[in-house]
Amino acid sequence: MADRERSHIFDNPRNVRRVIYGLCAACALTIVAEFFVDRHVDHPWEAVFGFYAIYGFTACTLLVLTAKELRRVLRRGDDYYDG
Amino acid sequence: MVSLPPFVVFFVGAALVAVTSGKVRTAVLLAVPLIGALNLATLGDGSSYQVGLFDYTLTLVRVDKLSFLFGLLFHLAAFIGIVFALKVDDRVQHVSALLYAGSALGATFAGDLISLFVFWELLAVTSAFLILARRTERAYRAAMRYLIIQLTAGVMLLAGVLIHLSDTGSIAFEFIGLSGLSSWLIFLAFGVKAAFPFLHNWLTDAYPESTPAGTVFLSAFTTKVAVYALARGFPGTELLIYIGATMTMFPIFFAVIENDLRRVLGYSMINQIGFMVCGIGLGSELAINGAVSHAFNDVIFKALLFMSMGAVLFRTGKINGSELGGLYKSMPLTAALCIVGAASISAFPLFSGFVSKSMVMVAALEEGHPIVWLALLFASAGVFHHAGIKIPFFAFFAHDSGIRTEEAPRNMLIAMALAAFICVFNGIYPWALYALLPFPVDYVPYTAAHVLTQTQLLFFSALAFTWLKVSGLYPPELPGINIDAEWIYRKALPVLARRTTEAAAAMRARALARAQHGAARLLQTVYRHHGPGGVLARTWPTGSMAFWATLLLGAYLVVYYLG
Repeated sequence: MADRERSHIFDNPRNVRRVIYGLCAACALTIVAEFFVDRHVDHPWEAVFGFYAIYGFTACTLLVLTAKELRRVLRRGDDYYDG
Repeated sequence: MVSLPPFVVFFVGAALVAVTSGKVRTAVLLAVPLIGALNLATLGDGSSYQVGLFDYTLTLVRVDKLSFLFGLLFHLAAFIGIVFALKVDDRVQHVSALLYAGSALGATFAGDLISLFVFWELLAVTSAFLILARRTERAYRAAMRYLIIQLTAGVMLLAGVLIHLSDTGSIAFEFIGLSGLSSWLIFLAFGVKAAFPFLHNWLTDAYPESTPAGTVFLSAFTTKVAVYALARGFPGTELLIYIGATMTMFPIFFAVIENDLRRVLGYSMINQIGFMVCGIGLGSELAINGAVSHAFNDVIFKALLFMSMGAVLFRTGKINGSELGGLYKSMPLTAALCIVGAASISAFPLFSGFVSKSMVMVAALEEGHPIVWLALLFASAGVFHHAGIKIPFFAFFAHDSGIRTEEAPRNMLIAMALAAFICVFNGIYPWALYALLPFPVDYVPYTAAHVLTQTQLLFFSALAFTWLKVSGLYPPELPGINIDAEWIYRKALPVLARRTTEAAAAMRARALARAQHGAARLLQTVYRHHGPGGVLARTWPTGSMAFWATLLLGAYLVVYYLG
């Protein structure tokens, strides 16, 4: 059944790689764009070059790694409350 | 045309739905929000509808910009939800959905605290049926916990209102502000429905247990009525800034490790309400506009996300991230619509979240709260991560779960497309929404700087996700539940109660044993003296009786002689 099914776009690892490269290119582009865009700043922290990029990357990494550790403490079986 | 209080249309509609079936019922269901919207259009700004009750005048309808915006939003949400639920063959869900939407409208337009209380309780009761409609043991238990918490909040509201009435002599629902017991009670009652930290677990507990369509309705009304009530009663209350910031932060950690994708959305709801609560706390015109417009956008994109997950649950019977994946192959349209919702909640430029959430963030800086601003920014990256990426990724992409199913039914697709349209419309042309806001808007969402910084934030968050995923650091979706504040009342208190009962039973047994022992000894003593062979129960021969009588008479004779 499965092998007769038509192949879908992300079944091909090359397409997955293309998405990842596309994302990296888009990230690079936003950094380059920062040279050309007049950044309106409400707060001095915002003025740091690449502030939003660095903050976004760090925030997500911290979030996931913290949550991963948190899960060790918090995770219980599905029937934990039933007993 | 005579205008009616908006809730009346829905209550009458619910009664009609209860007695009709088939095509007629479908027609009534679709007509209710449309007639309601027409009715709403006839209610001009400043109009009101009052009835007398004993000594008080109840204001059933009070229309101003704030209540009108929420009223319009609830009509829209009800219509989308009804289209999504149109093919549900369950009268209970249709009737309770209409009653529930009507109660939300009643609470929104209530101009006095007594009417507010009545609709507040109706919201709880009518919505509980949407959870019960799942008809599983788990749903039943969750619905009971939900009801207990909601009704307790209602009692707090009533107590607060009565104290407020005796203090001020007025039942008008206007600015309350935190001062004294009554305001705190009302504040906490609002806080329960708004899912303040530690009061939030009814939401993540009950919403994911409802039916696919039920959760769509649930997500739209209760919490947003609370946001409305807070915006009406407590704007500029500083405490709300910190409560809101906390609400944006802590649920995202739970959302990352939660397996049930509708529960992930539940946590993400609290996160989004956090932005609104924070804006209400900041209290400036920009902040209130931000909070209210974000409530509008949130109802629509959260409904879209819940509908897409509802469609997945409806088609596959599964909702855990660990069991899903690869569904873009069988449900490509649902996947695409889900991604629109994900982009909107993540505040991508050209999607609705972008034009509303940022108002709160700018206001946080303007009002001098840079740390709060950093927290909100962290939460913005976090929401993109768990709602924007995790939801579509684990349901529709990730590893192929091998599940092959059909695309969502047409009515569900139409409902989702409608919500997606509003998300994109508000994103591209925010001025229609801005015109409805309580204060004039001079905020410009589309500046080059805002677009660039937001894009950077989101792209680099996505980069972090990709990096963690590719490097294998990303935690896999695992079955199981994560304990939260509800642990206190779902585990600690029951265990404490059980232990207390056990200890009390043991004490009772000991006391009983001791008492029994004492009684036995007493009985033994009595038995020794009075029992057969006991000295006091011996049978005496008649002769000894005659002997003692003679002796007594003899003694009498002696005493007589001597006297």
